Amino acid sequence: MTATTPDGPGSAAPASGPLPGAVRGGGRRHVLAELYRHPRAQILLLLTPPLGWFGIVYMGSLALLLVTAFWTFDSATGRVVQHWTLDNFAQLINQPAFRTIALRTLLFATAVTVADMLIAFPIAFYMAQVASPRTRSVLFMLCLLPLWASYLVRVYAWRVILSPNGPLDWALGLVGLGPAGLYPSELGAGIVFTYLWLPYMILPLYAGLERVPRSLLEASADLGARSSTTFRRVILPLVLPALAAGSIFTFSLTLGDYITPGLVSNNQFIGNVVFEQQGVSGNLPLAAAFALVPVGIMAIYLFVARRLGAFEAL
Amino acid sequence: MRSRSLLAVGASLGLVLGACSSGATPSPSAPSAPASVAPSGSTAASAPASGGPSSNLPTAIGAGEGELDIIVWAGYAEDGSNVKEYDWVNPFIAANPDCGKVNVKPADTSDAMVSLMQGGGGGLYDGVSASGDASNTLINRGDVAEVNVDLIPDFKDISPFLQSPAHNTVNGKHFGVSHGWGGNTLMWRTDKVTPAPTSWDVTFDPAKMEPYKGKVTAYDGSIYVADAALYLKTHKPELGITDPYELTQDQFNASIDLLKAQHPYVGKYWSAYTDEIDNFTSGATVVGTTWPYQTNTLKAAKVPVSAIVPTEGMTGWADTWMLASKAKHPNCMYKWMAWMVTPHVQTEVAEYFGEAPANPKACTELDKTYGSYGVKNFCTLYSVNDKSFYDSISFWKTPQVDCGDSRGQTCVAYDQWVTAFQAVKAGS
Repeated sequence: MTATTPDGPGSAAPASGPLPGAVRGGGRRHVLAELYRHPRAQILLLLTPPLGWFGIVYMGSLALLLVTAFWTFDSATGRVVQHWTLDNFAQLINQPAFRTIALRTLLFATAVTVADMLIAFPIAFYMAQVASPRTRSVLFMLCLLPLWASYLVRVYAWRVILSPNGPLDWALGLVGLGPAGLYPSELGAGIVFTYLWLPYMILPLYAGLERVPRSLLEASADLGARSSTTFRRVILPLVLPALAAGSIFTFSLTLGDYITPGLVSNNQFIGNVVFEQQGVSGNLPLAAAFALVPVGIMAIYLFVARRLGAFEAL
Repeated sequence: MRSRSLLAVGASLGLVLGACSSGATPSPSAPSAPASVAPSGSTAASAPASGGPSSNLPTAIGAGEGELDIIVWAGYAEDGSNVKEYDWVNPFIAANPDCGKVNVKPADTSDAMVSLMQGGGGGLYDGVSASGDASNTLINRGDVAEVNVDLIPDFKDISPFLQSPAHNTVNGKHFGVSHGWGGNTLMWRTDKVTPAPTSWDVTFDPAKMEPYKGKVTAYDGSIYVADAALYLKTHKPELGITDPYELTQDQFNASIDLLKAQHPYVGKYWSAYTDEIDNFTSGATVVGTTWPYQTNTLKAAKVPVSAIVPTEGMTGWADTWMLASKAKHPNCMYKWMAWMVTPHVQTEVAEYFGEAPANPKACTELDKTYGSYGVKNFCTLYSVNDKSFYDSISFWKTPQVDCGDSRGQTCVAYDQWVTAFQAVKAGS
């Protein structure tokens, strides 16, 4: 089943500015010499293709999204009319359902990020500061192993675990507890998300914790700090950038997901609404307007993360 | 809306029990390949005009353009790589060497199909196996072309009710060839739901739903609003609902209110049919709307389920092979459409996918079973020739502003259905 996807404007990626390979012998040496003398030209040549790609494919599609959000959808003909309006945004604000869905998506992304931080920290700390090199590599492998399996397979596996009379209920039954009733449920979706994105939190956190000198922890203990104080006043400030870096992954991945909510709960995320509004319905302007919401949220989030030094920790 | 490609995932985890992997032996006798459908000695090819008057239609299928690009529901274009005996792509190529390369793009939902057809300004694909809720949209937006059904030799054998249905024929113009159909029946776990329901009230009436609170299921697609409208057609005659897809604002609001009242009782909405199979197997849901495919699969897996056509009737879906108006390989698409309604190919698709074939001539082979997915008396099981069963179905079609009757331009269009149903699911 070969999928022939349109390449869009990307296929016309700039071929401008390659080295003139046709130039032979002395000519080529001359060009190379010129380049050597002008480092700026070198950089320009190096960066033009990726920047062109970034500009056209990424910024271009974002700009198109932005423009479409201000167009009008004609319900009668099912067509998009290029008539400028703010109605789409008004609808987002006025429709309680859209507000609920946006807030719920945001809440989920935040909760999953916090849960991942809480679970990832002890693991990353153990890996970075306690474990022997051998144990560390085993733990590393265990962290990365799930990423080898398809996202869908992992979500379906969790569905089996959570479903009524599934392994979880069976295990609870052994200790005399009733069925958990986690499928379908929002808590179930939260658990699956937390599991899915955990490696993306552990890895930056590990990198951050590894850089914390052991001597600092010992000095803190020598000066009479209890471990909770050491954690609060020494470790946490040092790994805050790493924590922020990891949270970018967990937060943005949850924010943009639209498959897990439908498979594990009855939740709709922003992505589900966007998907259903285009397609048969063809309401691209409303879809575009709603799609801008997570873009805006991420812009704010990245700004804050940058202030926390997340980008130095990446 | 209809997610099918997830089947593989579910199956790989052993969630889909029985039916798909039952040890039935493949039919030993290879059936004779249908004769080539391309009319011989045809004259110069003339590309079909997009949406033009009937006089501009091609009068013969010309030579193939060498390639075919189609968008399909998963399971509608098998090449034997999934199950060996279900292969109608390679025989198509063998019968039509001038269409020697078939590129298949499976789509999960009606939304995805429409997106793909319109992608790149149209013309990236030659055709699509659209369902009734997408086909009218494609016709209205000019994405698909009128088809000369005289060039489809087996068209005359297609069930009379599927030759010119409203979802693919407008003003006597055919915009494709019917492929197969099924009804959204009411299914329940016989061990959990008593007495056996006879009406949709078990999914819409709070008093009747109470014992199954949190275990009712509903279809996760905006088109499901029609199921609520169909229920109200019988239970609130004062609303005057005539067609569940042509709803005035009042009728529409009443349907949405009904769905909002249903929401607290719904355990899980299903969109991928594997979802429903899982949920009925585990007991996460015990009663709700279904397709015959799920019922048959569950029964084969010895899950105690039963399904009926409730007293109010039911909604259903019928798929159509449609020709893109900007198709690059229109002749090959014509040949594909002709191929897909030949009795033997209809047998393979109906059996593999689990739906009623549009061409009842497939029944001869279907009833005897063809491959490992076959069941005895297939056509009775799927009510292929049952006119009363067919008449009880309100087939999916795209809701439009134009009510299609004396009420004029007063109906609620599909984009409103989408938004309103999203509000239902959001519980607000």
